[in-house]
Amino acid sequence: MSAPSIEAAPVLAEAPAPAPRKRRRMRIPASVIGGAVVVLVIGLAAALAPWIAPHNPLDVGSFDLLNAEMPPAFMAEGDSRFWLGTDNQGRDLFSAMLYGARVSIAIGGGAVLVAATVGVILGLLAGYLGGWVDALIMRVGDVILSLPTILLALLVSGVARAVFPEAGTAQWAPVILIGAIAIHEWVQYARTVRAATMVESSKDYVRAARVMGLPSIRIMARHILPNVLSPVIVIATINLAAAVLTEATLSFLGVGMPPTYPSLGTLIRIGNEFVFSGIWWIATFPAALLVVLVLGVNIVGDWLRDWFNPKRQAR
Amino acid sequence: MLAALASRLAQALLVMLAVTAIAFVMFRYVGDPVAMMSREDASPAEKAELRKTLGLDRPVLVQYGEFVGRVATGDLGVSFRNQRPVADLLGERLPATLELVIVATILSLSIGVPIGVLCALNPEGKAARLVQTVSLIGISMPTFVTGIALILVFAVILRWLPSFGRGDVVLVGGWTTGFLTKSGWASLVLPSITLALYQLTLIMRLVRAEMIDVLSSDYIRFARARGLPARYINFHLALRNALMPVVTVTGLQIGSLIAFAIVTETVFQWPGMGLLFIQAVSFADVPVMAAYLLFVGFLFVVINMAVDLIYTIIDPRLRTRRA
Amino acid sequence: MKRSVLAAVAALSLLAAAPANAQTLKWAAPGDAVSFDPNAQLDSFTQNIQSMVYDTLVRRNRQLQIEPSLATSWEIVAPDRWRFKLRQGVKFHDGQPFTADDVVATVMRTIDPGSRNKGNLATVKTAEKVDDQTVDFVLTGPYPLLLNDLTGIFVMSKPWMIQHDSIKPGNTSTGVTTFASTHANGTGPFKLESYEPDARTVMSANEGWWDKPEHNIKRLEFRPIKSDATRVAALLSGEIDMIAAVPLQDIPRVSSTAGVKVVEDPSLRLIFLGFNWKPELQGQPGVKNPLLDVKVRQALWQSLDMDTLQKRIMRGKSRNIATMVAPPVPGYSAEADKPIGYDPAAAKKLLADAGYPNGFKTGLACPNDRYIADEQLCLAIASMWTRVGVQVDLKTESKATYFPRQDRGETDIWMLGWATLPPMDGFSVLSAIFASRKDGFGGANANGMSIPAMDELAKKAAVELDEPKRRAMLAESFKIARDQALFIPLHLQPLAWAMKTNVDMPQFADEYVRPWFAKVN
Repeated sequence: MSAPSIEAAPVLAEAPAPAPRKRRRMRIPASVIGGAVVVLVIGLAAALAPWIAPHNPLDVGSFDLLNAEMPPAFMAEGDSRFWLGTDNQGRDLFSAMLYGARVSIAIGGGAVLVAATVGVILGLLAGYLGGWVDALIMRVGDVILSLPTILLALLVSGVARAVFPEAGTAQWAPVILIGAIAIHEWVQYARTVRAATMVESSKDYVRAARVMGLPSIRIMARHILPNVLSPVIVIATINLAAAVLTEATLSFLGVGMPPTYPSLGTLIRIGNEFVFSGIWWIATFPAALLVVLVLGVNIVGDWLRDWFNPKRQAR
Repeated sequence: MLAALASRLAQALLVMLAVTAIAFVMFRYVGDPVAMMSREDASPAEKAELRKTLGLDRPVLVQYGEFVGRVATGDLGVSFRNQRPVADLLGERLPATLELVIVATILSLSIGVPIGVLCALNPEGKAARLVQTVSLIGISMPTFVTGIALILVFAVILRWLPSFGRGDVVLVGGWTTGFLTKSGWASLVLPSITLALYQLTLIMRLVRAEMIDVLSSDYIRFARARGLPARYINFHLALRNALMPVVTVTGLQIGSLIAFAIVTETVFQWPGMGLLFIQAVSFADVPVMAAYLLFVGFLFVVINMAVDLIYTIIDPRLRTRRA
Repeated sequence: MKRSVLAAVAALSLLAAAPANAQTLKWAAPGDAVSFDPNAQLDSFTQNIQSMVYDTLVRRNRQLQIEPSLATSWEIVAPDRWRFKLRQGVKFHDGQPFTADDVVATVMRTIDPGSRNKGNLATVKTAEKVDDQTVDFVLTGPYPLLLNDLTGIFVMSKPWMIQHDSIKPGNTSTGVTTFASTHANGTGPFKLESYEPDARTVMSANEGWWDKPEHNIKRLEFRPIKSDATRVAALLSGEIDMIAAVPLQDIPRVSSTAGVKVVEDPSLRLIFLGFNWKPELQGQPGVKNPLLDVKVRQALWQSLDMDTLQKRIMRGKSRNIATMVAPPVPGYSAEADKPIGYDPAAAKKLLADAGYPNGFKTGLACPNDRYIADEQLCLAIASMWTRVGVQVDLKTESKATYFPRQDRGETDIWMLGWATLPPMDGFSVLSAIFASRKDGFGGANANGMSIPAMDELAKKAAVELDEPKRRAMLAESFKIARDQALFIPLHLQPLAWAMKTNVDMPQFADEYVRPWFAKVN
């Protein structure tokens, strides 16, 4: 491992060492089941948004200003067509939230997928090949970790917008956001996988495979990769929550998704202008959905981490 | 020891050079500096002249070398937006951000450590579970939502605390401080709580994990076997050992806390470096963006190195254990 | 431990929000002065702040008419030479007397190549001292609007500039910043006490001001608060006495709060949509530009339900307009300001006549942080056009990236706000927006519009010293713009401020805050 100091930061993520293969049977706590159910329900609703949403919040032509700022249906002046009310354009908030959750999850999930893929590949290469490849990858990782996630993400999206005018549009903003978030997160995977790979590749079966002249790619894919996957899954779950929050923060700060294709963060940004004016629902409902979603993911991730944690099993 | 020191220094320099390179690329290629600086109706000849005065016609490596040289002497360029040296702008904002971060850190330590210890002493207890759940909610709340909620309750509805800014500040030897006035303290409350919540959860979990770790170590078992009082074992032996990594991580976190303060400062209109940065982003003020990046990178490297050196000096064993 | 923190929080809360001193006025606005150097920027809010410290040769009175200030009288001694008599006995804040040397130094500093606002004195070649109380302005030729231009030129002290090495303006390209960017020494009604960018700017009343003060303010404290919600919260919690620009959605709530009032007025700032005039659409290269057809432009105009926009998005606070200039500004005529009427059926027919029975696809670009409700307005406009079959690719972005892009002509349909400032004259619209971009005209005509009749009118009006004739030319240009639907004027932005009931701050259509007319009771 490289110098201890920068290693100390990821202690926070509490990336576990590769777990021993034996697992004890564990009763899954009710809160974890609850968290998982919430995540599943929101995820499913988001995935099926085009079929279950009562209105299409992406069709600007369908908004009617005469319906703007309707309170939720359960309130006195509410309209039964709009369960959770409408925003300042007359857009149905419930539908906008379903689509918004879809965007948030897609971007968060996309960022995790990109970061994990890049991180695992680079970590395998670094751990297996060693030498200058290892040094280069790890030094780049050091530099990236010396810049906080939110700063790096802001810089990437800021720079992208300055260089590439289309960066703020509905087609390109998700790509930029995924890149902006993933550029920081891959390092964690790379470090974990590298450490595990080094342990694995010093084991006899890998040495034997090498001696037999099996291609490196095959050894990595067939023999090492399966053994390092469990910590990757844990990191990915926890990162998903963080990535969804980062996306929301960027959208809230105005460098995320555009208002024509809002994520939950964009909806909160729009609604924030109205919170103190008594039109509370535009910001409150998306914020609540965001917190519940992230909380659900965090509960599951937290439990997974404990479950895979060798220290805990030892007791 | 000397070798370790040299290698750490070399590594730190490498990181700084890389960060400088990123800053340089931004400075040089993001938005055309000539277009940003000249009038809208400048003639091509005027633009070429400006390009020459700025030295933009020379080889890129020479330009980069000069950029590094200027940065090393503290010259961070001039802000496009208000035409003042970026170093001055950063210097003016530094106290606001640091005071916020320091108060937030103290707040999160003084709440996080006791709770973490309590949870560790009775990890399966109801209180520990509750705290654990609450802390999960804590990390699931976006900072901006917390900030807005606090403003809504304490500034708008209850009208107890100011909703923005630093209050009255006093200039003490070039440092503007809000610590010496009532309004300064009152203004600190909401933003520092908002910022502290982010760190509180981390500290609580870390203390808990470290304490559990230490409590299950051999020497604690031995102490228990010898029949030492539980109080002494828990707080004197165990806590002390568990705190070391906590303090280290807290120190390491200061850099990211400063960066994280961007969001808090935006919500509370806190005139610190984060607000400066966000405004620079919306005005495409590249020199300020690049300088802020350099500053945060520099802080990270320095803190990392300091922590490292202290570790090496006081406890070589730790180094081998972690390596 | 936790309890003690809570106790501390509770104790601190008792200290907050002391009642404001009767003669201290604390006010807040979304922006901040970016510099105190009059020649370092072109930002109108910055100039507003500077106008509290600096006087000008001529100024605007309560009716926004031009009246003498540091100059007491003037005459045109030759078509290209104006002579100004200066006020006697005026002192700068540092005690130095005001003389002709100061005026000459100010003019030279303003027209210096490094000055950012040299365009505001574009027709001035030089200034010459005649005697201590007389200055000549030498112009490039006959020019009717010199006085209008001078309302925005802040007079600085020559000895002070020399003493602080600031005789030339700061310049980003050479990395020179001056003492004047963070300090100010004017002759104006207020003295600058301290300037902390993005935190606060404090001024005190200038006891030695040459004019009889109409205000009773001793101390003026300005706090920039960008977030709408926070700014309103600060007013309602009593931390601030006045906020300039109260968000429209907060007006009902703020005005129903005891102890606080809202004052409203239409501003001069006119929000309009402009078109791409090049043969092809920007967003779809190779596709013939339908916007070149007057029928298409009229159809787009007719399909906008202005009343609903005004009621819903602007919350009834804006004034809809059908011409390209605000009523108080020279050049306005009621005849050109008749509403065109909302008629989607007619719009569809016009589109069909123009050869687009199924509509077409176009881009619409808007800023999202510059004008009141700009983003919401554009979303609603896109929605209305979609309903007559015109597909809109809406792009909203921050002003920092929007305006450069708009200025490079990279947009198909775009939004702009124009307040005719500082001259406050219809010629500003004719010369910058209607005329083609050549010979110093068309500064804001970025999309290649070229109407020969407009160019002709601009050239003639630029040198016409006979006021009725000049106004007729302006009116003619506004009529052409309307007849050919060259632009779609939307509305005059509302100007809404909120303040404590004991504050009396008059409003002006140019959106300037003029605390020298304010009273705190």
